[in-house]
Amino acid sequence: MGGLNRGSAAIVGVAESDLGQVADGLSVVDLMAQGTKRALDDCGLSLKDVDGLFSATAQSRLSVLALAEYLGINPAFLGSTIVGGSSFEYHVAHAMGAIALGLCSVAVIAYGSTQRSIGRKQASVREINPYETPFKPFMPASAYALAASRHMHEFGTTREHLAAVAVAAREWALLNPAAWENKPLTIEGVLSSRMVSYPFTVRDCCLVTDGGGAIVVTSAERARSLKKPPAYVLGFGQSVTHASISNMPDLTVTGALAAGKAAYKMAKLSPADVDAVELYDAFTINTILFLEDLGFCKKGEGGAFVEGGRIGPSGQLAVNTNGGGLSYCHPGMYGLLLLIEAVRQLRGECGARQVKDCEVALAHGNGGVLSSQATIILGTEATL
Amino acid sequence: MPADVQSPLRVYLDHLERGELAYQFSLAAGRPVFFPRVLCPFTGSDRLEWRVSAGIGTVHATTVVHQAEGAPYNVALIDCDEGFRMMSRVEEVAPDKVRIGLRVRFRVHRPGGDEPPYPVFIPVEAA
Repeated sequence: MGGLNRGSAAIVGVAESDLGQVADGLSVVDLMAQGTKRALDDCGLSLKDVDGLFSATAQSRLSVLALAEYLGINPAFLGSTIVGGSSFEYHVAHAMGAIALGLCSVAVIAYGSTQRSIGRKQASVREINPYETPFKPFMPASAYALAASRHMHEFGTTREHLAAVAVAAREWALLNPAAWENKPLTIEGVLSSRMVSYPFTVRDCCLVTDGGGAIVVTSAERARSLKKPPAYVLGFGQSVTHASISNMPDLTVTGALAAGKAAYKMAKLSPADVDAVELYDAFTINTILFLEDLGFCKKGEGGAFVEGGRIGPSGQLAVNTNGGGLSYCHPGMYGLLLLIEAVRQLRGECGARQVKDCEVALAHGNGGVLSSQATIILGTEATL
Repeated sequence: MPADVQSPLRVYLDHLERGELAYQFSLAAGRPVFFPRVLCPFTGSDRLEWRVSAGIGTVHATTVVHQAEGAPYNVALIDCDEGFRMMSRVEEVAPDKVRIGLRVRFRVHRPGGDEPPYPVFIPVEAA
């Protein structure tokens, strides 16, 4: 079997669309187009260079068609894999494969959401599952809460451990001018917030914001002639373990284990080589699960690992350096924003939150209810 | 291939109407299958036999949902003794007192109106 070649493609342009609460009436495709223009400007390419187009959003069934129409282009290659928040990590791999096969040369991957403006119920139509819906789980929070209950039961993880994840994310967010949250948060503040689905208070749950953006992927060869230093795609891995939480094989082990293994193997790197870790923190338990499954600590030790500010700005491991879905921005399918932050860290563009000597960055996307996991490992020229 | 005369969901609900918790057993895989479906997820076989559970199980995971209005309520994953897992809720005990490992017994909940019956659980000792 062939497969993707380490470092054969790179992310060369990145940009957020407007974030937070966007102007009244802006559509998800407006936001995708904003992101596309800004990401192309970021690398010095233009729409006429774009021959690959990828998108995903919860608010447009045929979003890639809507985006192609909007941009006035007829791309040679389209992709619209939608597996929740991790969709964009898959898109990077699919773009890389398409570029290697000569099916396209410059791919734009775009996302947009107006879930805060129009309301979460409008933005994301709930599907009826006759074996779950009657019990009225508050989805997706309750699914992650069930996983958290199991982690607490098996490993002694505490609500304080979960809260430490939210506090670290907030500390990073305070260093990010684009972050939605701009006030300090304490462990006590997390614990005493409104309970949503035990053990989660509202501060254990991601934000509900508008937002989006785009990234540009091209071959390593072409990447070298563009404006900014390329972020080479060194590794990719994916795993789908279930769709509904009732069917998750083991509530304390996610598909990040398999996704991470594959990504490290392709990248010929190990967790110790990663300088910046961007994990999809839809809920505080996510960060703990993914730190374990991606090999930054042992299974069951994630709670103790995040104590004492270890993953905060003054800690030993830089995790969710933009403030994460918990404190920076969470438009519903956050995976694209993970990639944007990873690229900016590699370029050294992150100002007060910049990780020193950042050569390798990992972006790990999560979709559904811990269902779909995808890991992308990016590196600078020096890592090739 | 003959058309299925009844959907897996219909068969499951008909059992519930009769007060039974039904599940499928894959003869090819030699293990239970839940939720009900037309193919065994372990082997791809369509030979799925319906069985009726004894209705006894153990709480595997649990949460308490707090809505803006109304009392908090339990949502749990139950491991039934026959070896399948399902979402449900535990009743007749405060939602925050539902513990992982609690032994529970099935009963039918009939919401009434157009809503079909669904399975809930109560602590075995309360049965």
